[in-house]
Amino acid sequence: MFPNIDHKELPRALQHIMERGRSTTAQAMPRRSFLKLTGALSLAVGIFPDLAVAQSTDADEAAASLKPTEQPSAFVQIAPNGEVTVTINRLEFGQGVQTALPMILAEELDAEWNLVRSQLGTNDMAYVDPLFGMHLTGGSNTIKNSFTQYRELGARVRAMLLAAAATRWNVDVSTLRTEAGAVLASDGRKLGYGELAEAAMALPVPQKIALKDPKDFRIIGQPTRRLDAQAKSSGQQSFGIDFKLPGQLTAVVARPPVFGAKIASLDDSAARAVKGVKAVLRVPLDRGAEGVAVVADGYWQASQGRDALKVEWDTSAVEKVDSEQQLAQYREMASRPGPRQFDSDMVPLETAPLKLEAEFVFPYLAHAAMEPLNCTVRLADDRAEIWMGSQSAGPDAAAAAAALGLKPEQVVLNVQMSGGGFGRRFSSTYDTVVEACEVAKAAKAAGLNAPIRTLWSREDDMRGGYYRPMHLHRARIGFDGQGNVLAWDHSIVGQSILTGTVFEQFMVKNGIDAATTEGMRNPYPLPMRLTVHHPKANVPVLWWRSVGSTHTAFVMETLLDDIARATGQDPVAYRMRLFGDQHIRHRDALQLAVDKSGYGKTQLSEGRAWGVAVHESFSSVVAYVVEASVADGQPKLHRVTAGVHCNLAVNPLTVEAQVQGAAIMGLSMCLAGSAITLKDGVVEQSNFSDYTVARITDVPKFDIHIVLSAEPPTGMGEPGLPPLAPAFANAIARLTGKPLRQLPFNLA
Amino acid sequence: MGSLFGWSNPGEPTGHDFTEYQGREHEVDVDPETPILWVLRDTLGMSGTKFGCGAALCGACTVHLDGEAIRLCSTPISAVESGKISTIEKTTDGTDRVGAAVHAAWVRHDVAQCGHCQSGQIMSATALLASLSPGAQPTAEEIDSAMAGNICRCGTYARIRAAIADAASTLV
Repeated sequence: MFPNIDHKELPRALQHIMERGRSTTAQAMPRRSFLKLTGALSLAVGIFPDLAVAQSTDADEAAASLKPTEQPSAFVQIAPNGEVTVTINRLEFGQGVQTALPMILAEELDAEWNLVRSQLGTNDMAYVDPLFGMHLTGGSNTIKNSFTQYRELGARVRAMLLAAAATRWNVDVSTLRTEAGAVLASDGRKLGYGELAEAAMALPVPQKIALKDPKDFRIIGQPTRRLDAQAKSSGQQSFGIDFKLPGQLTAVVARPPVFGAKIASLDDSAARAVKGVKAVLRVPLDRGAEGVAVVADGYWQASQGRDALKVEWDTSAVEKVDSEQQLAQYREMASRPGPRQFDSDMVPLETAPLKLEAEFVFPYLAHAAMEPLNCTVRLADDRAEIWMGSQSAGPDAAAAAAALGLKPEQVVLNVQMSGGGFGRRFSSTYDTVVEACEVAKAAKAAGLNAPIRTLWSREDDMRGGYYRPMHLHRARIGFDGQGNVLAWDHSIVGQSILTGTVFEQFMVKNGIDAATTEGMRNPYPLPMRLTVHHPKANVPVLWWRSVGSTHTAFVMETLLDDIARATGQDPVAYRMRLFGDQHIRHRDALQLAVDKSGYGKTQLSEGRAWGVAVHESFSSVVAYVVEASVADGQPKLHRVTAGVHCNLAVNPLTVEAQVQGAAIMGLSMCLAGSAITLKDGVVEQSNFSDYTVARITDVPKFDIHIVLSAEPPTGMGEPGLPPLAPAFANAIARLTGKPLRQLPFNLA
Repeated sequence: MGSLFGWSNPGEPTGHDFTEYQGREHEVDVDPETPILWVLRDTLGMSGTKFGCGAALCGACTVHLDGEAIRLCSTPISAVESGKISTIEKTTDGTDRVGAAVHAAWVRHDVAQCGHCQSGQIMSATALLASLSPGAQPTAEEIDSAMAGNICRCGTYARIRAAIADAASTLV
């Protein structure tokens, strides 16, 4: 959902935001607040800096030297009945970190898993990504970056519980051990964590703790059902869209049909007459646009009110994009010189014995998460509280503060469970939260003293921009009869995602956006010249699950298959040769998929063909071996065997789910109708009737295998997506003899 | 999580308090054209039935009307003069044999990811299994056909298939 980022670079981006007057986060909440918040039902374990003064100077110093991300009090509460509640520092929107992070912490805590609960956090500084220093759910980074953090948190709390038990029993702490939520003495005495939590809380937080030897893990690595499985299977799970405060009103916003347009004239008399409508408000919108918010008792009344508006839009000052013209423009740009990412010698191309030329087209794509965008805002004179599913709570809260004329520390953002997101819930311009704040501000100015939920319809969500950019790729490849590539001349045309965002200064270099080119060439040792063009267009673009690899993996893996086919080589053997001895994880993932699929051994039934692709993204490698056919002119995917390398799999059950889910999102990209197009500046699609996403009838059989590893884990939210479409396309090309050069597939 | 600022008694989100509405008749004062989805969600505070598309395309708002799966986002309250609507909260509360089996299978197979579509998925699956003659097992084609109207953007379909087949086997 986010490009691969060198975390050492991120602090510079944050400095950049601060300089622009937008602090990324509110101040760390005083630890005392957590105690108050949790109330009588449960006790926060840990030491509160402000309480520590009265208790122990040493403890104060020890606690103060720990960062907010290392303070157990912000992450762990243990109730008297032994229930352990773990706060997660991310958005849970399906990827399963709300279970995996508690598993990691519970492992080192030696908690009883059946007593572990979890909750989502806020924009408090404790919940920043410990490596990036900002609130961020993206880039498949949660497990990779918070694995050690949550282990250490669990180990610290365990040490404090042990110390409390040693004091209670007046024994040396080294004689004690922990097991399944209890401290045990050598003489058989036992105290549950719930009985020790209050005393443990008064103790200093240890700075140095020992972590378990991974061979002793009993929770990490076990296939574990999600903590939210019950609630999500019974209608009991509350999402952002379900959040409701007393007296809350709902707003829907009429947005201009072309991005950035303004209101020419407005007649809201009929809208105001709709029963339940409380106010009709002109509000400033994203990208300099203007809109009309209709505030009502509920969504339906607001929606009826919006339908009754008579708005004339002034689109004279904004570019009106037409996708067909845009493609022609991209084709023209692709033949121009431009900045280069790789710059190998292209002379051998002219004399190469074999040549291949190809052009690829990829459309805009909408995230189309099942829960439409929404945000609830409650305002007072000197503060605001926000409830939303945010992948970036700190930056969203800071943007809200700026919109409301408040200081960042005057805004609390409560992260809400989200029905998907895939990158859309970290808007580079914070459009969702800023708009909701503008609506709330205008409502308050109009005398409405009520919390306001701004809710997007499906059509609003799909036409609201922030798409995976449209891309054109062009390649000219010279190779020999053994498939050795002699020269590969490649160009990419597509809007830059990161230009204008906090990541621009270190991820857009030499005029090239790293989010456009990620996934090109590597790990293959190819002599490539890669030219990149970033046209501007009045279409907001954004990271979208697996970002650049959504198109680069397709291009690379289908072209390599073409070369293998043209030179009569097995596509697996050809890739293995290119991986050489350097890329062991790629080899292991591909070999596992090959072995488990029966590739090369099993004879497929008539009309079916194998397809292979392997791709690394976000530090994990996924290889697919698929079976596909063409029936009635339509490509059909029957079976997918995956080999996955994500180092240590914290929760194999989630890894499997993420690979299945990402593969199906990758499959969606192949299906007819999976494209956002524009005509006269207006997005032509509006709902699931004209924007295709995979349904159960499209879905193959899955067989997912994970390479065993004890190396520190890497993320799995995205890496399963990129190799699916090329593996499918490679199978179809073997059946038809014609390579597929665009998504969605077009066999014509 | 409650309020962090000590606002005057905000209370918990009402989204959790559905059970008191279940199994009762409700009289509501709304425009007759209001889709039942919004009567449930905004007027009665029953948020287990989800809003996904507003056009009967995604199935997130699936409930049972006299046992039949219907889409509430596009069903105005005036269209249902009489009849018993059962929502996800009622179907999975343990009193409905088929619903309980489907609910248990959904948990056993760890189907949900984001979970926003799963209320509708479970209601469609329950309607399918309830429509079969006693002891009958749905074929793979019957499962796909019954579930084709329910979109899951997270792509939990493989586990949905497995959970339905498993639930059916427990109902024998």
